[in-house]
Amino acid sequence: MRFTGLRVLKEGLTGNRGWAHHWRDPAPKAEYGIVIIGGGGHGLSTAYYLAREYGLTNIAVLEKGYIGGGNVGRNTTIVRANYFLQGNSEFYSHSLKLWEGLEADLNYNVMHSQRGLINLFHSDGQRDAFARRGNAMINQGDDAVLLDREGVRKHLPYLDFDNTRFPIYGGLLHPRGGTARHDAVAWGYARGADQRGVDIIQNCEVTGIDIENGTVKGVQTTRGAIRAKKVGIVVAGRSGQVAAMAGMRLPIESHVLQAFVTEGLKPAIDHVVSFGMGHFYISQSDKGGLVFGGDLDFYASYAQRGNLPMVEHVMEAGMTLMPMIGKAKVLRSWGGIMDMTPDGSPIIDKTGVDGLYLNCGWCYGGFKAVPASGNCFAHLMATGRFHGAAAGFRLDRFRTGRRLLDEEGTGAQHNLH
Amino acid sequence: MRITCPFCGERDRREFYYQGAAVALERPVADAGEEAWDAYVHLRDNPAGVTKDLWYHESGCSSWIVVTRNTVTHEILDCTLACDTKSEVSI
Repeated sequence: MRFTGLRVLKEGLTGNRGWAHHWRDPAPKAEYGIVIIGGGGHGLSTAYYLAREYGLTNIAVLEKGYIGGGNVGRNTTIVRANYFLQGNSEFYSHSLKLWEGLEADLNYNVMHSQRGLINLFHSDGQRDAFARRGNAMINQGDDAVLLDREGVRKHLPYLDFDNTRFPIYGGLLHPRGGTARHDAVAWGYARGADQRGVDIIQNCEVTGIDIENGTVKGVQTTRGAIRAKKVGIVVAGRSGQVAAMAGMRLPIESHVLQAFVTEGLKPAIDHVVSFGMGHFYISQSDKGGLVFGGDLDFYASYAQRGNLPMVEHVMEAGMTLMPMIGKAKVLRSWGGIMDMTPDGSPIIDKTGVDGLYLNCGWCYGGFKAVPASGNCFAHLMATGRFHGAAAGFRLDRFRTGRRLLDEEGTGAQHNLH
Repeated sequence: MRITCPFCGERDRREFYYQGAAVALERPVADAGEEAWDAYVHLRDNPAGVTKDLWYHESGCSSWIVVTRNTVTHEILDCTLACDTKSEVSI
């Protein structure tokens, strides 16, 4: 089934009775060439690019819950390429380019909206830091515009520019930044992979990884044993538990990050606005809800919900920045489990077990990485070589201390990111 | 989430600074080697369930507390002064 404008029109006029399921619901086979553990955004895009770029289709994606039920459905949907460090910047630049072609590539409306992202600054020192970051983005081939106070005012007239603690000095505009519909990204990749022959198997939890003589042989699941020549672990917040099945300890601590959405409002916030000093960022969904979030709760958690102190902090930051939202009613809040690494950057690497590959450590930035993460992980799993854009995401950088990717410059320690 | 400080009693989570997994009580000796230090600084069991972590009563009495806690339910099971628990904690 292909989506076309004509088809949408026809279905709209005939009661939408002609739509079929977007992917099959196959029972797991006894053996696959490749098993991907984890049917989130990263796992699905890995399977999609393995099939599309490398012609590998004897693949199963095993998801313990349902497609779209994990972090890919729990984020704040922001897509950007405004990283500073070499190692990160080329990766997110690669990802943004994939985003820009994604809808045509998948034949799926992921509602990618390049509405522009503005990072605000509040001091001369911060202006210098953002000018430097903007230059790094431009050198990477991406876009950045340094706005002064009046420049920000033209875009975001509703901010409290004269806030006593955080007066607005300006902002760094990333015009190609924006948002996308998170569920649609998962669904689009699932459909694209399925159409190429990948089996997407939901309600199938991996309970063990079979390893013989240092080589992976398959996985044990709640739906039986599955043999595989290669296995990829792409399970975000649960990386520690799945890696333990292969006898590994990871440099990862899982934390909860909360997000919030208000009732639907008329269009008011046209951009993604990031208020780093308050750990607050916000955009408005196409449905009208204000989608916003803050920082981690800052304690290890698997609860997928946070505590009230961070709720209060986020609301206070929002009111500090844009008092106009004070009467909007918050509809829902939720938490996602972030696989935090010591330096705040991800891991795409081989493991000490032949045929077993690892993709994790996306911290609180995994959504925008979905296309490039899958693309680069597929490259590694298919060819055994590191993709140029993800060559820095090595597992051993913590042990050796070489090429740590500490974007915030706070130190490569667990409680600092 | 409320944490019971052995000195101050049950207090709001905001009074405490979270240091992380309680491995900090088992600091390797200086020449323990790369693997031991990597394990200490970076690698974590990261359990989904009962864990022990270190909290500092920053806005209270400044004591370091080993909190036994469930990471799935956020239930606090035990709070003990770090200086009294040192020998019980393993990496």
